[in-house]
Amino acid sequence: MKRLLCALLMLVAGQLGAVDFDYRLSPVEIARDVYAFIGKTEDFTTDNGGNIVNTAFIVAAQGVIVIDSGPSLRYGQQMRRAIAAVTNKPIALVINTHHHPDHFLGNQAFADVPIAALAETRNGIAADGNAFAENLFRMSGDWMKGTEVQLPGKTLNAGRLEVAGRSLRLVGLDGHTGADLVIVDETSGVVFAGDLAFNGRAPTTPHADVAHWLKALDQLEGVTREAGFKALLPGHGAPTSDAAPIRQTRAWLTWLTAAMRDAAKAGLDMNDVLARPLPAEFARLPVAASEYRRSVGHLFPAAEQEALGAKP
Amino acid sequence: MKYPLTIAAIALAALMPPAEAAALRENGDPLASARWSEMQKAFLAGAPVLFDPRVKVVAPSTAENPMQVPVTVDATALPGVVEVVVFADFNPIVQVLRFFPEDAPAFLGFRVKLQQSTPVRAAVRTADGVWHVGGTWVNTVGGGCTAPSAAGGSKEWQQRLNEVSGRQWSEGPNAGRLRMRIVHPMDTGLVAGTPAFFLEEINFADAAGKRLMRVQTYEPVSENPVFTLQRTSADGPVEASGRDNNGNAFTARIAQ
Repeated sequence: MKRLLCALLMLVAGQLGAVDFDYRLSPVEIARDVYAFIGKTEDFTTDNGGNIVNTAFIVAAQGVIVIDSGPSLRYGQQMRRAIAAVTNKPIALVINTHHHPDHFLGNQAFADVPIAALAETRNGIAADGNAFAENLFRMSGDWMKGTEVQLPGKTLNAGRLEVAGRSLRLVGLDGHTGADLVIVDETSGVVFAGDLAFNGRAPTTPHADVAHWLKALDQLEGVTREAGFKALLPGHGAPTSDAAPIRQTRAWLTWLTAAMRDAAKAGLDMNDVLARPLPAEFARLPVAASEYRRSVGHLFPAAEQEALGAKP
Repeated sequence: MKYPLTIAAIALAALMPPAEAAALRENGDPLASARWSEMQKAFLAGAPVLFDPRVKVVAPSTAENPMQVPVTVDATALPGVVEVVVFADFNPIVQVLRFFPEDAPAFLGFRVKLQQSTPVRAAVRTADGVWHVGGTWVNTVGGGCTAPSAAGGSKEWQQRLNEVSGRQWSEGPNAGRLRMRIVHPMDTGLVAGTPAFFLEEINFADAAGKRLMRVQTYEPVSENPVFTLQRTSADGPVEASGRDNNGNAFTARIAQ
């Protein structure tokens, strides 16, 4: 009887879990004083509320440095509470690694502290932020309630950044978007790769320049070969102590561009390209089929233009 | 009805597989669209209609980019095709294009702007006057018809207007295929301050001057249209010519 009651209670609690808009954020310590909230390797849904992204924070000597703020106001608020459960130090700075909505729509919860990004990321958020938010309302539903775009007020430049008694190295790259910031925390040896690296999830390409992205991955891999390197936090998927996510992302992008080019050369129409099966190596990645379809829309027209002999 | 149909007779005459024959019907829109009867009145008024699985309309069930939704119409399983009209029930401008396959198979690939989720259909008129209808639902976030063309942001297209690039394939699995791209903003007129400006007619002819296909295009065809045709025999170059609604004409030779 007791067991039955218990099971019943769990069932009820499980069902409540789907509607209480609690992301259940639980910090994972990836190095000393460095924590990450690891999102699911899924697409945005009304079940996950957009918790498909990795965010992080560093507990520095004089305050907390937050890296990316998640997909919604609620996420930002819950993240801030989860940080407060780890440390009572104040938030010193929030950094947005790039202008995709799952990385900055939690900014509102940090409106009282400095928020910073590369210049082009700030411009991107100003230009596309509202359209992105609208799209996430469509995909994640009520989880997004109250979410509005909060622009980063400060501009970051590549180079060294001293903040809250911590010395960070900022590496300005691009390719996933027009500006992708890599943050190297030399104290801990953690490299925050943003969405230049995906682990165990197919990469997204809505604003990609694949040639630039591949170049950026080479530079990023160089950073992981430095003496102090300890861990890599990709934008999506589990953190690693090696460069595996970089190699995985590179393999996907290399295959994808070759597939688009070869399909266009062979005379395929966009519908033919969409119907193509994925090689087994890539088909088993989570959301591979849907990201492939999206990427065909983003990348095939340029490949087609080249194959038809049109000027770029 | 002017031309009485018996579905069983059609299925028998066409030697259709049982599954396809079972899908033939005169009534009851298989896509269950609230606008079907309006569509029927507008495009097929008075003529006999048959929902026919031999009319294949291929498009993604979910379109990532509502400005560039790929659509492929293949009615090559149907004999005696005279005219094909493509329309999208819930688009603000419903009619997408018409094509008349003269010396080419009834096959055309293109891309279309969609404003919201909608059926995309092809109605195919055969020589006996019957409209054979096929289609598919496309789900999309929409906004494709009221978003400005990418060209609107630059002046470059004015110098490149009607610039044609293209290729034919004479071997491999796509032998007989012709693909062509034209630089054109294809403005719908639904964006404030931008009048409708779109290609209206494109003709494809072989080296002997024999017309392969005539295509009438309308506002919903995507910016910088790309067309895919299939030839029965890839025999020499193709001349593509046409004009837009402002009278800008083009002629281009697509080598083999």
